[in-house]
Amino acid sequence: MRITEHPILSFPEKKQIAFVIDGKEGYGYEGDTIAAALHAMGIRKLSHSIHLKRPRGFYCAIGNCASCNMIVDGVPNVRTCVTLLREGMVVKTQENKGEIHD
Amino acid sequence: MLNKTGVPTIDLIKSRFPKEELLVKPKAITECYEEIPCNPCSTSCPFDAISIGEDINKPPQVDFEKCTGCGICVYSCPGLAIMTVQIVHDKARFKIPYEFRPLPKVNDVYEGVNRNGDVITTVVIEKVTLTEKQDRTVLLQVLVPIEFLYEFVTIRRPI
Amino acid sequence: MIEKDLVIIGGGPSGLSAAKTAAESGLSSLIIERDYKLGGQLVKQTHMFFGSEKQYAKTRGIDIAKILIDDVLSYPNLIEIMTNTAVVGLYNDKVITILHEEKYSKIKARAIIIATGASEKVLAFENNDMPGIYGAGAVQTLMNVYGVLPGQDVVMVGSGNIGLIVSYQLLQAGVNVKCVLEAAGTIGGYKVHASKLKRLGVDIKTSTSVIKAVGGECLQKIITSKLDEKWNFIPGTEETIELDALCVSVGLSPLGNLLSMIGVEMKYVSSLGGLVPMISHSHETSVENVFVAGDVSGVEEASSAIVEGYLTGLIVAQKLGFEHPNYEVLIQDLRSQLDNLRSGPFGEKTRNGLLEIMR
Repeated sequence: MRITEHPILSFPEKKQIAFVIDGKEGYGYEGDTIAAALHAMGIRKLSHSIHLKRPRGFYCAIGNCASCNMIVDGVPNVRTCVTLLREGMVVKTQENKGEIHD
Repeated sequence: MLNKTGVPTIDLIKSRFPKEELLVKPKAITECYEEIPCNPCSTSCPFDAISIGEDINKPPQVDFEKCTGCGICVYSCPGLAIMTVQIVHDKARFKIPYEFRPLPKVNDVYEGVNRNGDVITTVVIEKVTLTEKQDRTVLLQVLVPIEFLYEFVTIRRPI
Repeated sequence: MIEKDLVIIGGGPSGLSAAKTAAESGLSSLIIERDYKLGGQLVKQTHMFFGSEKQYAKTRGIDIAKILIDDVLSYPNLIEIMTNTAVVGLYNDKVITILHEEKYSKIKARAIIIATGASEKVLAFENNDMPGIYGAGAVQTLMNVYGVLPGQDVVMVGSGNIGLIVSYQLLQAGVNVKCVLEAAGTIGGYKVHASKLKRLGVDIKTSTSVIKAVGGECLQKIITSKLDEKWNFIPGTEETIELDALCVSVGLSPLGNLLSMIGVEMKYVSSLGGLVPMISHSHETSVENVFVAGDVSGVEEASSAIVEGYLTGLIVAQKLGFEHPNYEVLIQDLRSQLDNLRSGPFGEKTRNGLLEIMR
């Protein structure tokens, strides 16, 4: 769900960006953060709480809380609300505290 | 009431209107009832008709002799709390601020609502103004049946 | 190690304004901003600001951001900017460790202005962590910066200025705002904002709050309840509202984590939003040459943050030997602007709070 007409702002059409979300193809636009692109696609659940595995979405959208942490290109605990989407990015839902692999 | 619902009492509303004789010409109605730090209505008025003074928390006072109803304060008020009113025969002509899309067109008929959000009448759009100076706040000039002089506040959906 | 005269942490309204007046005084500075762009939370404020001309009243927040950023960019020789850079450590000898593109480095500053702003508070209720429950500011970012709608049917919790303004902006974006809930007996924000919503059919339900969110992976319903004068839920007054997004706007708390790292004397002052630094009249903390400006030392409107920034920039420059030629006059004017912004009934909390933190 994206805004098409707005009394104050204009949202000119931007370049589409393709990425991968949990193994499936996803699309966003240039200038989107990962969380914004996912939300526009209707994906609201971004992570889980560590112990009880409760679903979590973003809460603050400006990098203060950790509710939107995901695995991006293999790196865990990436704050997707302040990380800009790039072509070909591989985004995964994080199931644990995050593990670093070489 | 205003504190609990956002709706001013009729006495409060009438306290911001001039005597009806003066409304043969358009006049600004400033519905700013509490002390908040703000004064663009006063500084934007080219006729020096709205005064607030040094303490910008004071509510605006309109000098209806000086006010020409030009509407500059209507789009300058950050609270969108000003409109102009004029009595034209059996109608009241309002200039109201509008910040929604799609924009009404001249001669469109819209639902007119009161301060409680209830649809009370139908209104005809007379003029739609949006200049650069207005900074994206549109001025709508509308005609409303005179009995809603103290009730009409804005438009809702097209009819 | 890189050495700098003045490091400003935070590129929002107060940080940008501080850099400007410091530069006008001849003092160079480095602004460190965590986000990839400057402007702080101004970049999503589509409404016209209150205040007077000196604080850019009737200009929209998004355009005030442009003005403040352009001001800073007009001093390329004096103001250096690092965006996408997080301050991760602060030490008593004014060494700052930063993280930029996965690289750590250290900066030593003669003086620091901490202008980190504030973050949104959360509200305790059952299932308050469910996707679909967002901070009101977060929704504003999603909508006004990225053009993405938070949902179709939204309820706002909190009728302070942010709650009221964001509700109006949701309507402008074409979202159905079902109602605004307010736990207190009266509306918290400016009545002009409340009236704007009410006339468009949005009810503000006072003495009402949310007790439970219901849904599976995402929010589907909330259960609300009336509250008595002692803020207890009244059994039997529960109502169910179907929605797909809930915005929580129950206040902001100052982001003073960095201050705690260097042992700045802090105090919990609820009228200022939470834990804030004790400061002198010059906005200096208990650690010499560490200053604060904006919401980090007490949550207020952005207009005040801008003025505090201008003021603190001048003061720091003067202390480091760069006195603005018009110093006394400017300081007096800025102080009277702050007094004016805070003198009405809405400024009372700030006035009382500031008395508690003066060193």
